[in-house]
Amino acid sequence: MTSAEDTAQHASKGTIRVLQLYPRAMNIYGDWGNSLVLRQRLLWHGYTPELLEYNVGDDFPEDVDIIVGGGGQDSGQIVIKDDLQARGDQLRGMAEDGTPMLVICGLYQLFGKFFKTKAGPVIPGIGILDVETVGTDERLIGNVTLTSPEFGEILGYENHSGQTSLGPGVEPLGTVSKGAGNNSKDGHEGARHGNVVASYLHGSLLPKNPAIADFLIRTAVERKYGTFVPGTPDDGFARLAREHAARRPR
Amino acid sequence: MFSFTVPLGKLVRAVSRLRGGGSALPGLVVEKIDPGFMQRTLSSLPHGVAVVSGTNGKTTTTKMVVELLESQGLKVFTNRTGSNFTRGVAAALLGEVDWRGKLDADVAVLELDEAHAVHFVNKVPPRYCLLLNVLRDQLDRFGEIDTTALLLQRIAERTTGTVVLNREDPRVARISATITGREVLYFGLDESLRSTFPNDDDMRTATPGTGAQGNVPAAETADVVLRRVGADEAEFEFDGERVTTHMKLRGVYNIFNAAAALVLARSITGTSGKPGDAAKLVKALSEVAPAFGRGESLVVDGQPLELVLVKNPSGFRLGLKSFPAKGYASMIAINDNYADGRDMSWLWDVEFESLREDGVDVLTGVRAYDMALRLQYDEVRFGSVNTDIPAALAEFIRGSAGKPKRVFCTYTAMLAIRRELSKITTVEVVS
Repeated sequence: MTSAEDTAQHASKGTIRVLQLYPRAMNIYGDWGNSLVLRQRLLWHGYTPELLEYNVGDDFPEDVDIIVGGGGQDSGQIVIKDDLQARGDQLRGMAEDGTPMLVICGLYQLFGKFFKTKAGPVIPGIGILDVETVGTDERLIGNVTLTSPEFGEILGYENHSGQTSLGPGVEPLGTVSKGAGNNSKDGHEGARHGNVVASYLHGSLLPKNPAIADFLIRTAVERKYGTFVPGTPDDGFARLAREHAARRPR
Repeated sequence: MFSFTVPLGKLVRAVSRLRGGGSALPGLVVEKIDPGFMQRTLSSLPHGVAVVSGTNGKTTTTKMVVELLESQGLKVFTNRTGSNFTRGVAAALLGEVDWRGKLDADVAVLELDEAHAVHFVNKVPPRYCLLLNVLRDQLDRFGEIDTTALLLQRIAERTTGTVVLNREDPRVARISATITGREVLYFGLDESLRSTFPNDDDMRTATPGTGAQGNVPAAETADVVLRRVGADEAEFEFDGERVTTHMKLRGVYNIFNAAAALVLARSITGTSGKPGDAAKLVKALSEVAPAFGRGESLVVDGQPLELVLVKNPSGFRLGLKSFPAKGYASMIAINDNYADGRDMSWLWDVEFESLREDGVDVLTGVRAYDMALRLQYDEVRFGSVNTDIPAALAEFIRGSAGKPKRVFCTYTAMLAIRRELSKITTVEVVS
């Protein structure tokens, strides 16, 4: 080990293991950005990130601190559906235990109770979230702005034909001021339950919404080490990117 | 009707050009007053119509096919303006037909984007089609990649003669299973080059070919295989022979599409297996210059300035790989207008580490700050950020005197940059 690595090891306030669910089948449009943001912000906060992958048929890694899952095409959801069911108990246990999780689009749908596809077949979800999704002919596409009580203004981009309705077991992530969100009528976007954050938003979500990234990091660190001592990431460009994104048409 | 459509259409075309308008309006007028115009005009061509479609490389590939066919003495009609939709074709036709509506050409080679191609082939079944690739691009318009693949399949189904497919893209190669009664030809890559062209399923896998959809079963024999790419040359294999040729085109992806263009041109001219014609085709291929904005090189202050169009993650990745940063001053211009795609997510599917050593001088475009944020997370240094393209371009040129320059730009940013550059240097006018 060189001395620089040595110093880095000593400087670290701890190690956080981030697991990406099904990055091969579920990575549509920039989901990697969320993992990258968690990795870099952990470093900027003074922690050592470990990025792990779980794909269909893999052994499930031990001691996972944060879970991120992305969107996929309908075909990607078919590829993972049996494997996801087989991991259902484990993931539900981790969610109930308080593991912070971020699921976007396709995995948001499958973290719910079911996704009834437009073609007819019903893909069962793993029921971590009290939500149901029905495929439609209407595709909800465009820039989205919403307001969340926890995270303030959230910006992103949606592109989905599944419409999701929320049950009493979850809260929406926020109220939509531009765009559609979960469905074309309710005016809310995403879902919150325990430490699980679910959303349709790409963009990617975390780069322009560092408050959500830091929520996942803080929660993971507090669960593992008791207290979170934040660093001082420079969010100047995130602020400017948000300002310009907010002015763009739907 | 026949005698009425063309003069009226030509008139509208002339008027809209005087007003500096685009190419679509006259096409729209013709479509409205005479819906059979395009079909009737194109069906008279002795070699029929060839449609080129796919996510990346349509413009350059179409240009190559046209120049290859011309080297064999054919007269070719094409939609050179890059207005790759049906009305653009109708408008281009209006410019070329005589006053009686007769088109003086042997064959039409048309670049069409996936959705418009389906619209077009429903009206005019082509004799040939060349399907390049299916990659994530403008999902805000097309929804899903698999939907895009279905559009290409529809083009193949409507093709009456020969379907040319990319053997290395599973979503394209699979189309062969759904069509019968047509000739299917492939263009392919040498094993050693496959890792250079990850397909969309390999976006997040280390080993190409192991992505969600897996590999296509046992490789089909390709009509033309790209064996090797050197600094300014390439080696192709066809008719059992390997031929090395100098290439003016830059970028490995352009050169792979040269293999595609060779397959289509050989098929249209019926020259496969004839060595004399092959030599002429290869010579023509070596002389093809890049299409506008696709690795196009201009001269500014005595230094080359290259424009590299980037519009989706695979295109940006290949662009960074094909045009190394070393020794170049660079600018990135990202717009999010409709033609660029509004969703910025794609920037996060591109890795920018290769720019770390030299940094980026200027970031511009409507979404310059999204680009800045992206580079911050990849730890790439950059100079100034300015959403105003003319001002940023002027600053870039001022600040990089004496150095070769490169601009990576989205479609509408490229148009704006070419417009600015035409004030200070020679920029080819594409009519």
